[in-house]
Amino acid sequence: MKQEISLSILSGKGGTGKTTLAVNLALALDNVQLLDADVEEPNDYIFISPEIEKKEKESVMRLIPEIDEDKCTACRKCVDFCEYNALAMMLDNVLVFEEVCHSCGGCKIVCPENAITEKERELGKLYHDNQAKIDFWQGELNTGEEKAVPVIEKLKTKIDHSRKVIIDSPPGTTCPTIEAITDTDFTVVVTEPSSFGLHDLKMVVEMLNEIRQPFAVVINRAEADSDYLIEDYCQENEINILLKIPFSRKIAELYSNGKPFLDELEGWRAKFKELYREIREEAAKDERNNSN
Amino acid sequence: MKEITVISGKGGTGKTTFTANLASLMDNLVIGDCDVDAPNLHLLLNPVNISEEIHKGAKLAVKNQDLCIDCGKCYDYCRFNAITAADYQVKNLKCEGCGVCVEVCPTDALKLEAIETGSLYQAESKFGEMIHARLIPGADTSGKLVSEVKKKASAVAKQKNKDWILIDGSPGIGCPVIASLTGSDMAILVTEPTLSGFSDLKRVIEVVKHFKIPAGLVINKFDLNEKIGDRIERYCKEEDIELLTKIPYSRVIVESLQKGELFVDNDQDLRARMTSVIAKLNTKLEVE
Repeated sequence: MKQEISLSILSGKGGTGKTTLAVNLALALDNVQLLDADVEEPNDYIFISPEIEKKEKESVMRLIPEIDEDKCTACRKCVDFCEYNALAMMLDNVLVFEEVCHSCGGCKIVCPENAITEKERELGKLYHDNQAKIDFWQGELNTGEEKAVPVIEKLKTKIDHSRKVIIDSPPGTTCPTIEAITDTDFTVVVTEPSSFGLHDLKMVVEMLNEIRQPFAVVINRAEADSDYLIEDYCQENEINILLKIPFSRKIAELYSNGKPFLDELEGWRAKFKELYREIREEAAKDERNNSN
Repeated sequence: MKEITVISGKGGTGKTTFTANLASLMDNLVIGDCDVDAPNLHLLLNPVNISEEIHKGAKLAVKNQDLCIDCGKCYDYCRFNAITAADYQVKNLKCEGCGVCVEVCPTDALKLEAIETGSLYQAESKFGEMIHARLIPGADTSGKLVSEVKKKASAVAKQKNKDWILIDGSPGIGCPVIASLTGSDMAILVTEPTLSGFSDLKRVIEVVKHFKIPAGLVINKFDLNEKIGDRIERYCKEEDIELLTKIPYSRVIVESLQKGELFVDNDQDLRARMTSVIAKLNTKLEVE
């Protein structure tokens, strides 16, 4: 079976329209797999599967040290080893601060008394709703937990390359974002024509160039008198702008009620299909460049 | 001295715009931008940097190829998939700097080195001292850089005897947000009346409750969807979170932002709403 491409959608900052694009694009296509990797604040479910809490779910676990006080001689080796200050000496007892622990397992290795074992702690969850046209997955970080990357890693094990894969990535330029877009064939960056939008777009472009990821831009909340902010920058840097979604109260209202807009505004289903065709072409172009 | 941190859960709800406008109306304050992933506050407050410090937040494993005997122990023990399977090289973007590979390496071919992850700036703005930072893209220590911004802001505030520290926090609910909130006297939650905004707000409320930080609510673009706005208000009331103000979905705000201006300078009604927030903060934090 011929493989489909995988696409990641991201933005420099939240609230620029990443979810809007991911959801409307996914709904315009057939045989799609949509993965919401914005695990700190997943929102795609609101538009795709509002009852996701009731669907199939699995836990993402991580390991936390447990100290056997009978064996512990208070030698401090584990406390000194931990780079994250997740262990501390209190009188003669080692305290574990589970939330700041990165689950590296180092303390267990350095303990000369075999006093450390590990137990599982839930870091997040994956939700799954396999619908007629969309196979939908969502990663979710538990509140109070800090590390999004392992949840995204687990989510990505669900990728099905026989489908058109769309990954809604976390915003920004740090590790969770990079984890979400790594190994995807192409990235679409959503931005908006404001000084904030431009500033954050530049940060994302810097990151994408650093990891050599092929990408193009979609402008959301486009307005004739301010689009030049993004257009000038993209022209100077030879970045393709694939689509503009207009600034529209109607779109904002639909969004507020968790409604996709592709069938509410005329012609948009076709525009999203065309966008996908262009993305596929761009991705193929990049593949040719790489094999040359 | 009171520290207030503005957070939003969901990005794009107007957190930074709100913070900048609030800052312009407050007296005797230090401003900190803890949204180090997408620092935008300086675009509205136009601070002039007076000093820069290189921030070395993260450590990375660095390999000395001459000592490596290709035993593969580093690969076996690393839980972050940060060692390549083929030739045991460190993948910088995946390395968490935990030191496990250093510990298990039999030939001392690996060591941890501190690397530059960003810059910390002390600056002056029209409205007071401002501390902000820039993270190198791909660096994973935003939480540590956030803590540095807060430490610096607090030091400056103490030294200059300021009444307020106003922090523009990070979006989301993870490490940088938790670092932004740590030690704050109050959190201001900026949301919008959308189902996504509401969903994210509930998650961020769990975080402030978890860390036992009193919170106040701001509903931005409240007339975009008054039904959801009402639901948010009711939900927060039950959670004992006071409504500080509602801000309308307004062209003035969009246009002010496009011009890099503050909306309180362009609209009297919006200005009055922001002034009322400060009155409520005073009551909540000083009289209590």
